[in-house]
Amino acid sequence: MLGLEHFLILSAALFAIGLYGALSKRSAVVILMSIEIMLGAVSVAMVAFSRYVVPTLLTGQVFTIFIIVVAAAEATLGLAIVIAIYRRRQTIDVSKIDLLKW
Amino acid sequence: MALEIAFWILAALAVTSALAVVYLRNIFRAALCLIVCFVSIAGIFITLSADFLAAVQILINVGAIAILIILAIMLTREVERGSLSNKLQLPVLVSAAAFLGVAVYAISNTAWPAVIPPEAGPTTAELAGKLFSQTGYILPVEIAAVLLLATIIGAIVLMREK
Repeated sequence: MLGLEHFLILSAALFAIGLYGALSKRSAVVILMSIEIMLGAVSVAMVAFSRYVVPTLLTGQVFTIFIIVVAAAEATLGLAIVIAIYRRRQTIDVSKIDLLKW
Repeated sequence: MALEIAFWILAALAVTSALAVVYLRNIFRAALCLIVCFVSIAGIFITLSADFLAAVQILINVGAIAILIILAIMLTREVERGSLSNKLQLPVLVSAAAFLGVAVYAISNTAWPAVIPPEAGPTTAELAGKLFSQTGYILPVEIAAVLLLATIIGAIVLMREK
C-alpha cells in the first residue's frame, strides 16, 4: 500500500540531488537545471500532501500550478541572464563571474 | 497493486535521471536526462491522481523549459567544456547527504494526519473552479499573469542588441 511517506521520501531524495547539483557545479546552465529538479521535488511533495491529507480540497495542486508558473518565469529570466553574460565575458563559469564578491 | 508497481518504476527512473543530470560530464546528455526526470515526475503526478497537473508538467516543463535549456546550451558552447564541479564538491556532497538523512528520519518518524484517499476522479473542472472563483485564487492568478508579462519584457530587454 502506497503511503504519504513514500512520496515524501522520493521528494526529499530528488531535492537532495538537486541541492548537490546547484551548489557544486560551475556551469550556470547546469545550476539552473538542478534548480528545476528541486522545484519538481517540491511539487511532488505538495501534490502528495494534497492527495493524502486534504483529498477533496486540491489546495496542493493549486499551489503546484503556481510553482510551475514561477519556475517557468525563473528559467526564462535565468537563461536570458546567462546568455547576456556569455555575450559579454565569453564564459558562464560561475566561479569566474565574481564581480560582486568581496 | 498496479499503482504501486508504476510508482516504484517511476520513482527509480526519476532518481536515476536526476543523478544523471548531476553526474554526467556531457551537458547536452544531462539536459536530455532532465527531460526524462520531468516525464517521470509527470507520471508520479498521475499515480497521485493529479491528471491535469501531469498534462501541465509535460506541456510546460518538457515542452518549454527543456527546449529553452537546450537552446541556452547550444548558444553558449557549453558542451565543449563539460559539466565541471567547483572546489566545494565534497562538503556539498556531505551536506546534501546529511539533509537527505535528516529529512528521511523526520518523515518516517512523524505521525502524518493522512487519510485513506478516496477513489480518483478527474480534477480539471474542480481545479478551474478553485482557480477562477471569487472565493478561490483569482487574485494570485491575475498576479501570475502580470509576473509572466514582466518576465517576457525582462527577457526581451536583457537579450536585445545594444
